[in-house]
Amino acid sequence: MEATAVSTATESRENYLNINYGWKSWLFTVDHKRIAILYLASITFFFFIGGAYAGAVRLELLTPAGDLVQADTYNRLFTMHGVFMVFLVLIPSIPATLGNFLLPLMIGAKDLAFPRINLLSWYIYMLGAACIVYAALAGGVDTGWTFYPPYSSIYSNSQVLAAGVGIFIAGFSSILTGLNFIVTVHTMRAPGMTWFRMPLFVWATYATSIIQILGTPVIAVTVLALALERLFHIGIFDPKMGGDPVLFQHLFWFYSHPAVYIMILPAMGVISELIANMTRKKIFGYKFVAFSSLAIAIFGFLVWGHHLFTSSQSVYAGIVFSILSYILGVPSAIKTFNWTATLYKGSMSYETPMLYAFGFLGLFVIGGMTGLFLAALGLDIHLHDTYFVVAHFHYIMVGGVLMGYLGGLHYWWPKISGKMYPEFWGRLSALFVFVGFNLTFFPQFLLGYMGMPRRYHAYPDDTLWQVLNVMSTAGASVLGVGYILPMLYFAWSMKYGKTASANPWPASGLEWQAASPPTTFNFDTTPVVTWEAYDFNHVKELKEGNSASPQEQTV
Amino acid sequence: MSQEHIVSVRVYVLIFLALMVLTAATVITAKYDLTVIWGPLNAIVALTIAVIKATLVVLYFMHVRYSSKLTQVVVFSGVLWLIIMVAFTMMDYLTRHGWPEPNL
Repeated sequence: MEATAVSTATESRENYLNINYGWKSWLFTVDHKRIAILYLASITFFFFIGGAYAGAVRLELLTPAGDLVQADTYNRLFTMHGVFMVFLVLIPSIPATLGNFLLPLMIGAKDLAFPRINLLSWYIYMLGAACIVYAALAGGVDTGWTFYPPYSSIYSNSQVLAAGVGIFIAGFSSILTGLNFIVTVHTMRAPGMTWFRMPLFVWATYATSIIQILGTPVIAVTVLALALERLFHIGIFDPKMGGDPVLFQHLFWFYSHPAVYIMILPAMGVISELIANMTRKKIFGYKFVAFSSLAIAIFGFLVWGHHLFTSSQSVYAGIVFSILSYILGVPSAIKTFNWTATLYKGSMSYETPMLYAFGFLGLFVIGGMTGLFLAALGLDIHLHDTYFVVAHFHYIMVGGVLMGYLGGLHYWWPKISGKMYPEFWGRLSALFVFVGFNLTFFPQFLLGYMGMPRRYHAYPDDTLWQVLNVMSTAGASVLGVGYILPMLYFAWSMKYGKTASANPWPASGLEWQAASPPTTFNFDTTPVVTWEAYDFNHVKELKEGNSASPQEQTV
Repeated sequence: MSQEHIVSVRVYVLIFLALMVLTAATVITAKYDLTVIWGPLNAIVALTIAVIKATLVVLYFMHVRYSSKLTQVVVFSGVLWLIIMVAFTMMDYLTRHGWPEPNL
């Protein structure tokens, strides 16, 4: 198939996709762009597995009675949904795909600093994923994705160990990606690419990498301690053996709360790019947006205790964690206000990526504001472990992260594939995702506020409750269509899509000055950067041919 | 990485001797029951000595003292984050019994 496809292609220019073929050229590649595609394929695969679990959960909640699956099966369904989505989809989603693909292109480098470690990180990720898939096939885990002991360490008879080992292994992949990005940003920037000329996506990815390196080892140690208690009955968390279950929660959330920022920060980076480039305007308050990423990365480590307000944590500690959580709202608000200010008097266009960016803005604000409800000590007693929490974090993780991810995929698809996606279908998918998402999760805020607890397979036979749950399940189907659509037309566009020019939007950023798709080493000659980030006058000059493109400037 | 710093044998020997002395100090202090002075004192003394030893190893044997500022920042943040983790966790444990009874 490969050889014939190329000979019939109108364009025979060599690029990273057609330079060689066959499974070996992919599985042994050290090209950051190909590794990004490997990640993209694997993450998409696990996303649909995680989505299938979610579908089963929503189907059970269609009716008040627990009639589709039994309670124990239901526990396994929502746990596996969480484990797949958090550890195999959301955490690597943007950094490992868009980050891997774009970071070297955006700073004018040939590749990441450690190309082989980059490939290694994918193999480690797949090894961790294999353990989790094994856990799923061998019956799943029933503890919830948070693995709280002593249930997980002593009592559960499900596949806690296999899943734990998978998470332990996959964590190393995350650390290696973070390490690679940090070294790359420090050492591989093109001449003239100063820190404050870097695109904000690079800043966001850099901040994410800091969290990956400082936080991930803690989840590894925590899972290891859990395994020791489960295997050898060493009393670390089980009070019966002299352990302390709240200690697990401290350690677990020391990683898992910042992990939310591992997911959302890169999405914020994508949104900064989309908004600046789709409004053809320099981002409002560039330095504030850049530093707010670092602030989120650092202060994100100081708020984990807000997950423990009802876990017998000291009230004094609760007060401190509550205040710090409120403060953490500030850098997120800075970003949101600056994006909104960028829109003001911008020459906006309403292509698919921008629709996703608009979706992100609305959903992230709702997700963030409801986070403040939950950070309030008193109100959290009422809302803790209800559907309100479920709705809140889905607004951040799905409404925020996945909107950013999909927006970014559409925006950079011409660069990744060299083809344009079909605009009509793109807009339709953005609409489906936005409507489906709100229909799924907004009712859950109401259900949670009315007291519906999370993680139950049945609920009281109340008409209003069922109506809201039916809305939620119906929304999930619409959302599902919204996610399947892009997969179909992206695949379609690979063969039938219009050939994309190097800079179809036209946008600023070095990645748009490389060819679409780029060659293996991205740039023919190392670019020299003489302009600021989001300098659209420069883009205009380049387009009119008044300025030498960086390809023509040699070092 | 840019330029390898050559550490003299004298420094290595001195650090080695310091580590040996500190090891001896750990063994000797462990033989005394310091709990009569203050409950956790034995642990505090042992851990303090251990931290000093680890610092010496990191600074001299692992060359962090002669490394770039960036390397030092990385090492320092690792330690700082460990301190954050322990300190904020202790913020919970040390204040658990401190909430006054409501005056009804």
